[in-house]
Amino acid sequence: MHSISEALSLALALVFSADPDLFEIVGLSLYVSLSATLLACVLGLPLGALLATTRFRGRGAALVVVNALMGLPPVVVGLFVYLYLSRSGPLGFLGLLYTPTAMIIAQTLLITPIVAALSRQVLESLDGEYAEQFQSLALSRWQRVQALVWDGRYALLTVALAGFGRAVAEVGAVIIVGGNIDHLTRVMTTAIALETSKGELALALALGIVLMTLALAVNAMVYSVRTTATKAAYA
Amino acid sequence: MRDTSMLDVSSTDVATPTGLSAIGLQFDASKAALIRGLTLHLPDSGIHCLIGPNGAGKSLTLRLLHGLLPPKAGQVFWRGVALSASDRVAQAMVFQKPVLLRRSVEANVDFVLKSRRTKDPDFRDSLLNRVGLAGRNKQPARLLSGGEQQRLALARALAIRPRVLFLDEPTASLDPNSARVIEDILCEERHHGTLCVLVTHDVGQARRLADSVAFVADGTIAEHSPADQFFRAPTSAQARDYLSDHLVL
Amino acid sequence: MRYTSALTSLILSAFMAAPAAADGSILVQSTTSTANSGLYDHILPIFTQETGITVNVVAVGTGQAIRNAQNCDGDVLLVHAKASEEKFVADGYGVARSDVMYNDFVLVGPGSDPANISGGSDAGVALSTIADTQAMFASRGDDSGTHKKELSLWAAAGIDPSTGSGAWYRETGSGMGATLNAGVGMNAYVLTDRATWISFGNKADFDIAVQGDDALFNQYGVILVNPDRCPNVNADDGQAFIDWLLSDTGQSAIGGYMRDGQQLFFPNAG
Repeated sequence: MHSISEALSLALALVFSADPDLFEIVGLSLYVSLSATLLACVLGLPLGALLATTRFRGRGAALVVVNALMGLPPVVVGLFVYLYLSRSGPLGFLGLLYTPTAMIIAQTLLITPIVAALSRQVLESLDGEYAEQFQSLALSRWQRVQALVWDGRYALLTVALAGFGRAVAEVGAVIIVGGNIDHLTRVMTTAIALETSKGELALALALGIVLMTLALAVNAMVYSVRTTATKAAYA
Repeated sequence: MRDTSMLDVSSTDVATPTGLSAIGLQFDASKAALIRGLTLHLPDSGIHCLIGPNGAGKSLTLRLLHGLLPPKAGQVFWRGVALSASDRVAQAMVFQKPVLLRRSVEANVDFVLKSRRTKDPDFRDSLLNRVGLAGRNKQPARLLSGGEQQRLALARALAIRPRVLFLDEPTASLDPNSARVIEDILCEERHHGTLCVLVTHDVGQARRLADSVAFVADGTIAEHSPADQFFRAPTSAQARDYLSDHLVL
Repeated sequence: MRYTSALTSLILSAFMAAPAAADGSILVQSTTSTANSGLYDHILPIFTQETGITVNVVAVGTGQAIRNAQNCDGDVLLVHAKASEEKFVADGYGVARSDVMYNDFVLVGPGSDPANISGGSDAGVALSTIADTQAMFASRGDDSGTHKKELSLWAAAGIDPSTGSGAWYRETGSGMGATLNAGVGMNAYVLTDRATWISFGNKADFDIAVQGDDALFNQYGVILVNPDRCPNVNADDGQAFIDWLLSDTGQSAIGGYMRDGQQLFFPNAG
């Protein structure tokens, strides 16, 4: 218990000392995970919309696969990306290993299935509500999907948040492809892992508290946006 | 224009060269035959009511006529030709429970206009004015009262300038004012030459509005007569029983 | 099309934003012991100031560091498993190997000292006693330099610890720090390098039980990854780093690193 109160005061001290290293790490965490979330939405949303609004042979199998991929172990994703980006791998010529870009790629792969599967659920239940009305209006599929995505945007924001939460909290993938290099690829989670391995448990916990505060702030922002929307019955 | 294959069919089962025809419609759900051999001819315009007891298949018939459901057998014709996608674009439907988009009042109408590749704020505002929602443009549609929501749904249906307007018990459980607004608009549409097909439980409403009444019983049309004749002297036993029940009430 | 081009530019910008492996920077595959102890934080700024070359360090177990370097993912290898390093060079993955510095391994254990080995200086005897008393022992189990050293010590003592695996012999499969944390958590003896131990922050009641055996000697070596095999290797800057480490300036920088008043690494180049 002693180390928990020590961690709390350390966390406060870290934040209020405006430690530039801390800000650098926090900034990189946000940059990497927000970029990955954005890319995962660009890839996962259309996939989710496709699965939600079309019926084709093998759709059931596709749903099972996408749902299963939500549980991808980060380490496996990290290894997979490492093998591709390694200098001796097929994409080694790009020189991306141990860069933030490699971390973005790994986290994008990790959370795209989450975005796809959850947005599929959101859009499919919304489609169930709108389908007959849309059919009556003789809308094209593209018009339907556009309307579903727009009307489901607040629910989809929560989907994106779930992806972001997973990305910003994972350590297994980024430590392999990023290498936890100081001032280059060190993010909150790899810094926490490092301090834990140094036995600096209070400092590790303090960083954890900062990370959780960050996640809390992002969630609170989305929550307030969504609450405003709910009041107008737009969510 | 008429399909020559039609000539082989017996005379009552031929699509009329005007208006909306349904011939030999069948529809099953989980192996139960819900619509069996339903044939109906409606003219090019006017208000025509489908009435009948609960579970007779009125709403199903309306959806089959609108093309929302594929019939197991039979076919729907518009002006003697099998209903096509382009015919459907000129049809609209108002459902018993309005499904409004999670947007503002005006955005709900604009959405339909945009789906027809038009943008016409004046037309939209005139529609909102017609349904008594003038000046409510920016309000969230889903926060309107039930009656207002149904009037907005009607405005949205009118936005496509429908040739055929289907309405599935649009005034059930609405406040009297909203019901009157909707009935008035139906009368206006009749005047403009729109074909309105109205499912209703309200015999009084059918009396006020209908040009003809089709009585649906057991998944088929038991009787289809001009309105004054139907209410004066229904020919089918089912319609007689139904009307006497509803007059007692 | 508008969406497609927006997407393309987004992806491109993600790549652009990546700090390219610019000239004047090298990547060192190294061990957790050297990084976690703070050695690099001490010596790298001196080197960068003198040469303008930035050094990025990936700190993993020696086994993984060697595999990464075999995949050409690094310019310089600085690890502590002499036999594996020599094999790395012999197989053509590295140019040449040089001694850089040494320190020693120590056997740490709980204050209660269940195997009663505290104060000893014979690693073989201590390990035999641990095996006999079945006192808890936490092993790295991760093919790292420390793990290889530990296995060679067991072998020298004629003991096969794997017979006690899962019982008194616990293989964590983790880094030095994680293994120390685990050891502290379950009152187990742990073999660790002295630098990590001194800078380790979660010692609880643990202390050094056995030290000073010649067998516990811990030699670090440095190797330039072979640019003939790996054309991406920044051989000039990598060699400059190695030359500096082996120079008087580099050696005295290593020797000058102190933690809690103790010297962690002893330079012994050339």
